Amino acid sequence: MRGKEGFLAGARDIAPILLGVVPFAMVSGIAAVGAGLSMASAMGMSVFIFAGAAQLAAVQLIGIGAAPLVIISTALIINLRFVMYSASIAPHFQHLTQRWKCLYAYLLTDQAYAVSISRFSIDRHIDRGWYYFGASFVLWVVWQIFTLTGILLGSGVPKSWGLDFAVPLTFMILLVKALGDNATVVSALVGGIIAVAAKPLPYNLGLLVAALCGIGAGLFLEKSLEKKSAAENI
Amino acid sequence: MDMAYIWPVTIAIGAGTFGLRILFIQLFGKIKMPPLLKRSLRFIPPAVLSALVFPALFYPETTLDVSWGNEKLLAGIIAAIVAWRTGNVLLTVFLGMVILWLLKSFIEHGIF
Repeated sequence: MRGKEGFLAGARDIAPILLGVVPFAMVSGIAAVGAGLSMASAMGMSVFIFAGAAQLAAVQLIGIGAAPLVIISTALIINLRFVMYSASIAPHFQHLTQRWKCLYAYLLTDQAYAVSISRFSIDRHIDRGWYYFGASFVLWVVWQIFTLTGILLGSGVPKSWGLDFAVPLTFMILLVKALGDNATVVSALVGGIIAVAAKPLPYNLGLLVAALCGIGAGLFLEKSLEKKSAAENI
Repeated sequence: MDMAYIWPVTIAIGAGTFGLRILFIQLFGKIKMPPLLKRSLRFIPPAVLSALVFPALFYPETTLDVSWGNEKLLAGIIAAIVAWRTGNVLLTVFLGMVILWLLKSFIEHGIF
């Protein structure tokens, strides 16, 4: 009984967020076939990777013929954030059996994490495992259905329409949302400018170089701002 | 039809992503996140995303093109403004694509 209640509560709380997930899933399906993937491999990506930004990055890099190792590294760097979610949500999952831990890890997304962790912090009585399952599983189902919808829509469109351009357009939305303080803006500018400058590097290695420089620039600025404010406080 | 490496790449990313997702759920209390990684995490989205977006706009094909003839750059700049002002995925993608198609046909018909 408590299980069912928890599941339904999770499903209910994720519902408003699905409005933002639906277009993202559709675009990722459209873009995958736009970049030349078959319907089966586009859907395979959605099931095996189940992480929108990493899927889109992989699709874009496959489209420009990047080296497989560069594609894999880029996708995994984008997904490094899951380590943070995993660490933060881990205490709530320790009572579960191995099988459930594996399933819940597979279902971990930005949205399911955010919804669950905010509910856990205010509600001590909810069945945490089932609540998380409700939120993450509903998201999974919606993601797969609308990715498939996008794949079907996209495969009816001729390649000359250049639907693969939907990928950088989607990244712009994510990029705008990722910009907060000055350090993140500098991180983005350095990453972007170096990526353009380093584009001629073989295997599209310029992308990884640029990403690391951008992250380094953000860290450096953050550190020097901290020092400055510490000095001012003395 | 597919390039031969798509499935191996998909499986590798899938396995690696699962590893990242389960890492701390599995090893709870046994390992700690390195402080540098912890501090780096918030810079990953801005740095990686712009490293993906900028070249896609400045290199419409295989060469750098900073001119009015680069319709991807123009469409991208307009879409960036829409993204920033509205935060709407569908609107941004839709407008960006429509502007790209319009600019392409203008350029093809020699209007610019």
